[in-house]
Amino acid sequence: MFNLIEKRRYFFLISAAIILPGLLVMVYSILTTGEPFRLSIDFVGGSIYDLRFTEEVITEEALRGVFSRYDDSNLTVQRVVDSAGNERWSVRGQFLEQAASEDLLTDLNTLAPLDRESTRIERVSETIGAEVARAAFFAVLAGSIIVTLFIVIAFRTVPKALRYGICAIAAMIHDVLVVLGLASITSLFFGWEVDALFLTAVLTILAFSVQDSIVLFDRIRENIPLYLGEPYETIINRSIWETIHRSLATQLNAFFIMAAILLFGGETIKQFIFILFLGLVSGTYSSIFTAAPLLIAWEKGELPLVSRLGKLMPPPLPTE
Amino acid sequence: MNQHYRWLAIIVVLTAFCIWVASPASNGFSLDTDNDGTPEIVIKEQPLGLDLVGGVRVLLEAALPVSSFTREDLQRAADNVNRRVNGLGLTEATVQVQGDRRILVELPGVTDKAQAVETIKATALLEFVDFAGLGSGQVSALVDQRILTTAQDELIRAREETGDTTARAIAPILTNPRTGLPFQTVLTGADLKAASAQFDTNTGDFYIAVELTESGAATFATFTGQRVGEPLAIVLDSVLLSAPIIQSQLSNQFVIEGNYTQETASTLALQLRSGALPIPLREEAVTDVGATLGQQSVNLSIRAGVIGVLVVLSFMLLYYRVPGVAAALALLVFVLLNIAAYKLLPVTLTLPAITGFLISVGTAVDGNILIFERIKEELRAGKPLGAALDNGFARAWGSIRDSNTSTIIMCAVLFFFGQTPGASVVSGFAITLILGLVINLFTATVVTRSFLYILAQWLQKPLAERKWLLGA
Repeated sequence: MFNLIEKRRYFFLISAAIILPGLLVMVYSILTTGEPFRLSIDFVGGSIYDLRFTEEVITEEALRGVFSRYDDSNLTVQRVVDSAGNERWSVRGQFLEQAASEDLLTDLNTLAPLDRESTRIERVSETIGAEVARAAFFAVLAGSIIVTLFIVIAFRTVPKALRYGICAIAAMIHDVLVVLGLASITSLFFGWEVDALFLTAVLTILAFSVQDSIVLFDRIRENIPLYLGEPYETIINRSIWETIHRSLATQLNAFFIMAAILLFGGETIKQFIFILFLGLVSGTYSSIFTAAPLLIAWEKGELPLVSRLGKLMPPPLPTE
Repeated sequence: MNQHYRWLAIIVVLTAFCIWVASPASNGFSLDTDNDGTPEIVIKEQPLGLDLVGGVRVLLEAALPVSSFTREDLQRAADNVNRRVNGLGLTEATVQVQGDRRILVELPGVTDKAQAVETIKATALLEFVDFAGLGSGQVSALVDQRILTTAQDELIRAREETGDTTARAIAPILTNPRTGLPFQTVLTGADLKAASAQFDTNTGDFYIAVELTESGAATFATFTGQRVGEPLAIVLDSVLLSAPIIQSQLSNQFVIEGNYTQETASTLALQLRSGALPIPLREEAVTDVGATLGQQSVNLSIRAGVIGVLVVLSFMLLYYRVPGVAAALALLVFVLLNIAAYKLLPVTLTLPAITGFLISVGTAVDGNILIFERIKEELRAGKPLGAALDNGFARAWGSIRDSNTSTIIMCAVLFFFGQTPGASVVSGFAITLILGLVINLFTATVVTRSFLYILAQWLQKPLAERKWLLGA
């Protein structure tokens, strides 16, 4: 049985190597734009016009020219080629009322015939955006509390339950950091935006991440009485190898489904799936390579802060 | 062993039922069990969301402070909007009150979106206003201007009593040049019984034929009898449309002429029929999707879904062999159960909803994987096949229950988040994922179990001789 746990320092380094660049990009984004990543109109309000013209003669200047008559915010204009090879234009600007928006479309039509049946428009006022942002904050809060409670309940009968709980939560935070860093990087380099669906991905990842840790910890709990006398490390290592088949098989199936959506599915859902997929991979990785090694490190007093705190605590009361 | 065959029979019946529900043949089926005239079970076509059929979703918000109107006002406004939507002849449209100041309108499949939104949003406060004593020059100067009338003035006063100061600020300021007071309102649209767009074959113009209620007609007859030869102003949403001269005493039926096309005439008639909105509404969020785009999304999602499920089926068959056959069959039952549930409940399918379903397919096999891995362990420990199956199922149940519960709870959080106007895409994902997880608790245990036991029983001999058949 290959000893995974021995190599725990490397696994912690791998995690750091993935999380740190993301955090750095986040800091850089906050310094330059004031936001850790680009927020979509879901959270801040505005308009998105996803346009298709029947003739491909449009230039960015011409589009900007039309929009600037109605919209004095800083527009972002992107040319996109969809899966069918058609040219589309995506323009993000401020929130316009219905009448202004219709006038704008009429004006766009003079550039080249607009294919209205293949056009998508989203307009969100700032009020609604602020409400969604607030609801998102509470959703994340509620989600984290619920997952934490779930862990506490799942391990309430285990000796040193707190330790298991904290390690599972650490793995969960690891996954969230990976995903947030990822969002920040894709924002900076590909102009992706964080929207309501991104938040959905994060909460789904939270749930699955905890599941993985719980399945592994369940096995550890089961193995402790079975292999009395074996060192803790060996028991944990054994438990990992016993559950790794399931983790990988499940991960593979999730991978098949998501790969199918990424390769053959619609454009609008792809960013969501991409983030969800990497989050789930991180969730599987972190339960094996973060949560379990942390348990050992804790046991061996390798966690500098924690072991020092332990020394400060008074000895337990005598019971004899 | 008998119980597995009993379950198999139930599963076969259930699956056949699901296939029937999912097929177009069941559309329009309704069942009225207690013969009270309202069917309890109605199977309609699978409802598809805007992003899949194209159309428009508008979130309307009261353009007044919340303190200045009641819940009833908002409900009445929504009822009016609903009548207008029905008047547009849209079958799948929905109108819901959201929170204390919003109305959400969804119009799937609507073609002229701008027209539809304008129609439902207009306040449509129609007034007949006394213009007696005004000269034709004064009248024509007021046409298309916003004028203040006594009816509007009353509305504003009512709002001011509730502490609303904005109504006065946005009100028209043009008053009667003869008196300096607001113009006298004779009748409002509330006194209308019917209104319809008509075509005048002689002139080729469209006009609106109006019929008044009994009390309205009485007021109107008295008034017009006294004012023959004077102008009578027709005012809509405080804008003066026209002020024709009263030719003779009018009773309960008359026509409003103006520069109408067929479209504007029928829109106005529809607004008049549905009554004025008690609250002015403004747009807060709009989603407008072209039908072609929707059709593309449907085709792509179906293709992605079929490919994804097929790959998962192949993986289970290759990796777990005989148990994989049970899992693959159970997965097919799982997919059918879901599709039938979407139609029965019904769940409106959107792109995120379809994604939620596909993610649930991924977790559905997870239950099977947990069970099979346990069974393999039991076999490695030297247990006979029967005992290995029993223990495998018993031991995996806790893990399956725990792992599904945490995700179900998280989906509930997502669902509530999706109730925020503006984040509605999220609830679709949450609903299909929850459904998938709940159905999975049944299929992963009951369905897989009966298939696996029956397969194991029939294949005892080859299984005992060839361990690889069990994926071990």
